Amino acid sequence: MIKIQNLQFSYPDNISVFSGFNWNVKNGESWSVLGLSGSGKTTLLYMLSGLLKAKKGSLLIAGSQINRSRPETGFIMQDHGLLPWETVEKNIRLGFRIRKYYGPDGKHSPTSSKFDKQQETETVEYWLERLTINDLRDKYPSQISGGQKQRTAIARTMVLQPDLLLMDEPFTSLDLKTRDSLQNLILDLDKESTRTRITVTHNLEEAVFLGKRIIVIQRAGQDALIFENPGAGSSDFKNSRDYTRMCGQLRKVLESLK
Amino acid sequence: MKRYTIKEISIGFVMFLILWIALALGVNKPILPSPLSVLPVFGKLIIGELGIHFLVSTIRVITAILAAVIAAVPIGLILGQMKALNRFFSPLISVLYAIPKIVLLPVVYVLFGISNFSKIFLISLIIFFQILVVVRDESAGLPEALINSVKSLGAGRLALLRFVYFPASIPAILTAVRVSIGTSLAVLFIAEQSLTEYGLGYFIIVRAYQALRYKEMYAGILAISLLGFLLYYLIDILEWKVSRHR
Repeated sequence: MIKIQNLQFSYPDNISVFSGFNWNVKNGESWSVLGLSGSGKTTLLYMLSGLLKAKKGSLLIAGSQINRSRPETGFIMQDHGLLPWETVEKNIRLGFRIRKYYGPDGKHSPTSSKFDKQQETETVEYWLERLTINDLRDKYPSQISGGQKQRTAIARTMVLQPDLLLMDEPFTSLDLKTRDSLQNLILDLDKESTRTRITVTHNLEEAVFLGKRIIVIQRAGQDALIFENPGAGSSDFKNSRDYTRMCGQLRKVLESLK
Repeated sequence: MKRYTIKEISIGFVMFLILWIALALGVNKPILPSPLSVLPVFGKLIIGELGIHFLVSTIRVITAILAAVIAAVPIGLILGQMKALNRFFSPLISVLYAIPKIVLLPVVYVLFGISNFSKIFLISLIIFFQILVVVRDESAGLPEALINSVKSLGAGRLALLRFVYFPASIPAILTAVRVSIGTSLAVLFIAEQSLTEYGLGYFIIVRAYQALRYKEMYAGILAISLLGFLLYYLIDILEWKVSRHR
């Protein structure tokens, strides 16, 4: 699904974030990305989403070099990014409206886009129901809680049926209970499809809970570390020894990077 | 923005009448007649001669507002998104913004002739800069996270304009129009005082004031006030409609 080779990236102040970075992600895998702050976790995700361009190297998704946002990639951000002046339902429909605006050009919307109004409505209804935000459809973002906003943002992405889901610290600003329920929701959604998912988080427990494979980004020029975490994927994984052991192991790794 | 109720407006109107009556009694001169004698004249004229002048002024000012919005919004949106272009034009805009546009009246008359167009153009010019500045600042100030999240749904520059920048600017556009209404009517009033035969400015000054018909003059003043009030109220309703999410 994703093939990154010899990736280089630096910000205008010339601080190199990536230098010779390599990474392969197979179809259907769920990855967590960890690293100290400033290590480039979010930068990596922005490059995968096409919102930032790599300086050098190749970044292929589904065989194509990424230079701009790819319509089949979904991106969920920490700050939900909902339009404040649109209702929950209209926010969820935004992706459809944008696709219709451009037509099936393959750049902004997949060439296979059909624009069937009834099917769109059915999809929207399904996700409103699936994410239990049906009662909020006519509310504005300012009228709902942080968790509900993030559910809306997830629905807005899911209606477009992405084959790759990128999440940037998606639950960081939420309270513990809401975060737990959304993390479980993400695992449930994983089971329902073969979608590839990449979650960037600074929260070690979240990374272990959500990622079957975990990549730890080190300083620019150093190879990233990869950890297998096959037990992840179910809600009771948190009570297992593997979970505790993996959290302990990663804590040591992160501390050694400081 | 608070939306006034019919009840509040009625109370305001009654208070205004009481103040007027008190002033008329206090001054006690023909130049300030009581509303009790002006209102019947207003009622009679507004369905006749005054109504036509009212209509002409209304069309002029609304056309001017629409023209200014249509011209200023795209430029404001573009400047708001293109930092280098904005930096380049910003000093010029701040100088032009500060010029009281009414002083350009003779220039506009010479350039465009004594026509409806010149009057509308002059009013448009005032509103144009107000709207340009707010739209530019509003679209430049949108959070990057919001823009990125919409980009990630596939939006390019055009879709961002259509679905994010433009709708985000609407409340600011309405505020700019509201702020400009007073000045626009003042300019309309001055521009209509000469070289025309229609409009409330013409009616108040030429038909009433110069003929010493003070009651008719006040009927005209009431009409132009009513126009201002209706425009404010229209903006109020629109603002309320677009700011329901707040």
